[in-house]
Amino acid sequence: MKAFEALFTAVDQSTKTTVKTAALAEYFRTAPDEDRLWTIALFSGRRPKRAVTTTQLREWAAERAGLPLWLLEESYPIVGDLAETIALLLPPATREADHSLTSWLEALSDMPNRDLEARKAFILDAWDQLDETGRFLFNKLITGGFRIGVSRKLMTRALAQATGQDEAALALRLMGDWTPQGTSWHALVESPDPEENESRPYPFYLAYQLDDGPESLGPPEDWLAEWKWDGIRGQLILRGGSHHVWSRGEELMTDRFPELARAADFIPPGHVFDGEILAWDGTQPLPFNTLQQRIGRKTVPKKLLKDAPVILLAYDLLEADGQDLRDTPLAQRRARLDALLSDLPPDAPIRPSPRLGFDTWEGLAETRATARERRAEGLMLKRLGAPYLAGRKKGDWWKWKLDPLSVDAVMIYAQQGHGRRANLFTDFTFAAWNGNDLVPFTKAYSGLTDAEFNKITAWVRRNTLQRFGPVRQVKPELVFEIAFEGIQPSPRHKSGLALRFPRMARWRHDKPVQEANTLADLQALLAAYG
Amino acid sequence: MTEPVLTFTERGIYCPAGDFYIDPWRPVSRALITHGHSDHARPGHGAYLATEAAAPVIRHRLGEITLDTIRFGERRQIGRATVSFHPAGHIPGSAQIRVEVGGEVWVASGDYKLAPDGLCETFEPVRCHAFITECTFGLPVFTWRPQHEIAAEINHWWATTAAEGRHCLLGAYSLGKAQRLMALLDPEIGPILTHGAVENTNAVLRAQGYALPETHHVTPDLDVKAHPGALVIAPPSALGSTWARRFGRASTGMASGWMRMRGVRRRRGADRGFVLSDHADWPELHEAIRQTGAERIFATHGYTEIFARWLNTQGYQAEVVPTEFGGEEDAADSAEDAA
Repeated sequence: MKAFEALFTAVDQSTKTTVKTAALAEYFRTAPDEDRLWTIALFSGRRPKRAVTTTQLREWAAERAGLPLWLLEESYPIVGDLAETIALLLPPATREADHSLTSWLEALSDMPNRDLEARKAFILDAWDQLDETGRFLFNKLITGGFRIGVSRKLMTRALAQATGQDEAALALRLMGDWTPQGTSWHALVESPDPEENESRPYPFYLAYQLDDGPESLGPPEDWLAEWKWDGIRGQLILRGGSHHVWSRGEELMTDRFPELARAADFIPPGHVFDGEILAWDGTQPLPFNTLQQRIGRKTVPKKLLKDAPVILLAYDLLEADGQDLRDTPLAQRRARLDALLSDLPPDAPIRPSPRLGFDTWEGLAETRATARERRAEGLMLKRLGAPYLAGRKKGDWWKWKLDPLSVDAVMIYAQQGHGRRANLFTDFTFAAWNGNDLVPFTKAYSGLTDAEFNKITAWVRRNTLQRFGPVRQVKPELVFEIAFEGIQPSPRHKSGLALRFPRMARWRHDKPVQEANTLADLQALLAAYG
Repeated sequence: MTEPVLTFTERGIYCPAGDFYIDPWRPVSRALITHGHSDHARPGHGAYLATEAAAPVIRHRLGEITLDTIRFGERRQIGRATVSFHPAGHIPGSAQIRVEVGGEVWVASGDYKLAPDGLCETFEPVRCHAFITECTFGLPVFTWRPQHEIAAEINHWWATTAAEGRHCLLGAYSLGKAQRLMALLDPEIGPILTHGAVENTNAVLRAQGYALPETHHVTPDLDVKAHPGALVIAPPSALGSTWARRFGRASTGMASGWMRMRGVRRRRGADRGFVLSDHADWPELHEAIRQTGAERIFATHGYTEIFARWLNTQGYQAEVVPTEFGGEEDAADSAEDAA
């Protein structure tokens, strides 16, 4: 573990990508095969299944530290990270051991097979032989996403540097549902045959936000326009008689959307589609909250299949007849896609996402203005001459979203953030007027600058009315413009509604609290756009 | 029932028997000052009393004030109260203030730390009935490693950075932390440069006889290139300023107890965070309280509510000093000074 700790320390001490990449590349050059394989796994979101709950971890840590649980609970929001809180609280290790990263991860992978007492004994024993950094990393491996400032992209780049391989080819190789136990460094990284796994998806190409108008993009005839759907980005893979559905987060979603299996009835093997999974009423998308009922369900009851049926609106063809098409221009890929899908019967679970005709940017802007009526979030603009790239690259794909909806709301609760934002009040609850009452209707965490969060933090400290654990009720004085992408009914909330992607657009210093929006204003938005 | 030795008012800690305040935060006629940090020694009081060791810095910072001095351990009668000042180990000259009225003894700790740092007068436990203690780091996650280990870390960072031909830029409060760091640095590695705010304080402390290593004041006409491999000590606020640009691609560091938390380290954006505090850590707070023998504890400055709640489970009669006085928990950003 020491070598991995040193890697973490090097990465954590720098904010510069080049330094982080170099440290990681050095690790990939020198670490044993199994450790570097696990490192790839960790930084691509593959970690052992969690075998203990965070509640158990907290109890065991408090017990080991000889402290009451409440004291650990009070410390946690201040430190902002549970793995770190526990690492800092525990008494010093009584012995020193240096087991490899792999041996720790294998032991953690084996935990589900052991009873609770054995799990507890194992974890207490681990804490007793790791130093603070080691404990922090060990706890991170158990508690959640292993986010320590290394993105998948950075990891892939470092691996490319260390092995002298092409970054894009490596990215492709690292996709899919491999596990460190089921493969080897050689098979995953050095194997010359990247096509061996027929379920393997291609890295998704991600668009940038178009902040100014499209005029800067050049002549309209170079571009293709589509609706920007509010669904789940997915890749449908039809190869060798089976089908696979991948999310953008590289989650295999095949079983969640059984409707898509019928695509194989219409399309021969050797085809891969990129598109949007949407709940569909036969002619247009159903509201996002209909699709939401399908998210997170591993098996789908019959009633839900009937009430919230999904289809794939395909907008790109990445592979046809077993050929990788990604280097061919979009215009050709799109023509083949349309040819392949145009004559399918209406009940086929895959359709082409319509192309939007336009001659001028002004004309397209008019089309964009109608996006909400089409249950779209705006437009996608894609350069017709461009290949299908991997990851987020500027230039060829742009999302030109509608301006968000917005209301002015009053801050009534504040809570400290986590991680980098620990000790700053960054998580707020906002309310709207209902007569003389303020009714909470949304939370928001983002959109302000660090300087603004600093000011608000000082304000919250001076204007706390009551504390509920880490949450503070504050004087209803500050007004913020809350921007959001959509609004839908929600019986679970006191206000009866829920927002999509709420964030703070700005701090309305100019707005008296009495002039914030009302619940009736929100209900009017719900009636118009819900 | 007799009146308490010390009470908590809107102006600060007040002694009715002696008609004086301790570290008041609004103007009063007579103020006893524990040390020179700006949240303790404020301008505008009628008369000041501080230790001989703390007085020069207080004068330097507050200018023309009526300031009387007292030696550590010397007893002085003020009204019906007997007061004396005892080393707090926080910064040079810093004191705890002992107040005795009719046989009852209360001690206001000011800011303190127990472990000797080699520069300031070492903390001296004072027996008392009631102890008003700071608890800036009154959470069990705050424990400090020995000073010599942190010194080795800083010197290693300096030597490595100097070998790369770059400067080190170390952020530290100009009174206390900056001088403590200087005393820990290995002068064999290279020259030590100082920001004006730090150098002015150095001059005051040197005149008092505190032993500080040689430093070079960074003036507009100082040629940075003439000091290769230098370590620069500056207030944290200067680190990201135009002032710091002259040092090019310097490696930046921060030394503070808050650096114990990764979130704070990362938010500060410094390359390195060194966990070095002039306040007591969690075990030291307990040790200090134990050594006073006090049964009544008042928690101020820091995680007061959590700390008082914990002390109550440990057999003490602990209270939180009302927030109108003590201010709320000083988080990393508001308690930059000397933490």
